[in-house]
Amino acid sequence: MTDSGTIYGVILALLFAVAAGLVGSFALMKRMILAADVISHVALPGLGLAFLLHFNPLLGGGITLFLGTLLIWQLQKKASLSTEVAIGVVFAGSVAIGAVLTPKEDFVEAFFGKFEQISGFTFWLGVFAIALIVYFVLRFKSALILNLFSPELAAATGIKLNRLNLLFLLVFSLTVLIGLRFMGALLAGALIIIPAATGRRLANSISRFLLASSLASLLAVGIGFLLNAYVLHNLSIAPTIVIVSALLFGLSLIRSTA
Amino acid sequence: MTTGSILSVRGLNIQFGSRSVIQNLSFDVDTGDNVAIIGPNGAGKTVLLKALLGLLPYEGEIRWSPGARLGYVPQKVAADRQMPIRVHDLLAAKARVLKLHSRSIETVAAAVDLTPEVLTASIGTISSGQFQKALIAFALLGEPNVLLFDEPTASLDELAEEKIYDLVERLQQEKHLTVVLVSHDLSIVYRAANKVLCLSKDMVCFGPPREVLTPAALEAMYSAPSKYYLHRRGLEPMQSDKVAEHD
Repeated sequence: MTDSGTIYGVILALLFAVAAGLVGSFALMKRMILAADVISHVALPGLGLAFLLHFNPLLGGGITLFLGTLLIWQLQKKASLSTEVAIGVVFAGSVAIGAVLTPKEDFVEAFFGKFEQISGFTFWLGVFAIALIVYFVLRFKSALILNLFSPELAAATGIKLNRLNLLFLLVFSLTVLIGLRFMGALLAGALIIIPAATGRRLANSISRFLLASSLASLLAVGIGFLLNAYVLHNLSIAPTIVIVSALLFGLSLIRSTA
Repeated sequence: MTTGSILSVRGLNIQFGSRSVIQNLSFDVDTGDNVAIIGPNGAGKTVLLKALLGLLPYEGEIRWSPGARLGYVPQKVAADRQMPIRVHDLLAAKARVLKLHSRSIETVAAAVDLTPEVLTASIGTISSGQFQKALIAFALLGEPNVLLFDEPTASLDELAEEKIYDLVERLQQEKHLTVVLVSHDLSIVYRAANKVLCLSKDMVCFGPPREVLTPAALEAMYSAPSKYYLHRRGLEPMQSDKVAEHD
């Protein structure tokens, strides 16, 4: 690990980890873990198309992610439709379409991601996107808390819930999109969910929860990279990171809830 | 205490799909009033309160006077009590959204006697009575001059209920509030309310409790059989004193 492209990639992954921890904390409290998985999986058809037609996978994944986000937003609004069922269909359908479209040699990369060197431009673009995510979470933290506690009281306080929910989902998808290349579509959602679960075990106030989730995520990515570089020499980094993350969660179970 | 109308409702209609919940309702609330809204389950009491707060679409007119600032204490909060949110987090969140000084949190906590221990406790660990107090403190943030309560004591035992109503009365006197309160409890209505609004499928009444809450009116409102008889006759919303004739 010496050249700048690799260092850029690792730094971006670590920054991503912090964003994923923050966004994941709210996703966990919003009980949208299932939606989290769907959003990362709807990237698959886009990734498949990108590999097939040789354009930038992030663009392909990004487009279907965006469409999936709007779909979930609509499903959330229309409570008369069983959200769970619809989400289940989209989830399975996306994986199947992705599997059909993706050329065989790109399968592992699309599903499990691949760590690659990145250019200075991509790095700064990523840093900008992550800054945007962190800004959103900190700026709208209070509104998100009120909405979680009681949408009714939030609305009575003057918060525009529809807009807030859409913004959150967009930020959520942006987080998934940044993680997509090195985490892969199957596991991009994992780093949003598992560290948040760990953080939840360790905290009893919002600020500690956000801090603990971000740290758990940061540790998982850091330890994952070290393990992969010096011990495992795996092709994809994502499974290592997710396993470390799950182990950290296991450790958090030892401690009784705060 | 200043007087004059603070709320005027004219020809209010609220529908859910094809089901009409509130029909052609009109009433006025004056500054300093304590209005009790009573009626059987499903009569639209909560719906009315939410419409007054602007949380539901409606037809007709709901006009608050320009200086009215509303605080709302809901019946229950469906929040996941397992969330790592402390009472203080909640109050601080509202204070930040409304851009209030952080001192205002201490002020409202003191107003409802929330102890520092309760403030730093997680919302999942406090008693129902404390939780209800926290909701009232939450409503008081932003210095409302109108408080709308939706059965504030529905989940409480009698002792806790008594304390909450004492608190509401004290707040009303100290802060010169106008109170709109949905309640099941008629003794509370007689004790605290100077106006009562009864809602049921077939009748609406509005006025001082001792005038409108006649035994006949109460029976017409709450007893199921007479409701059906009244319905078949296709009566218009009426004053309570006329109900007796059809009983």
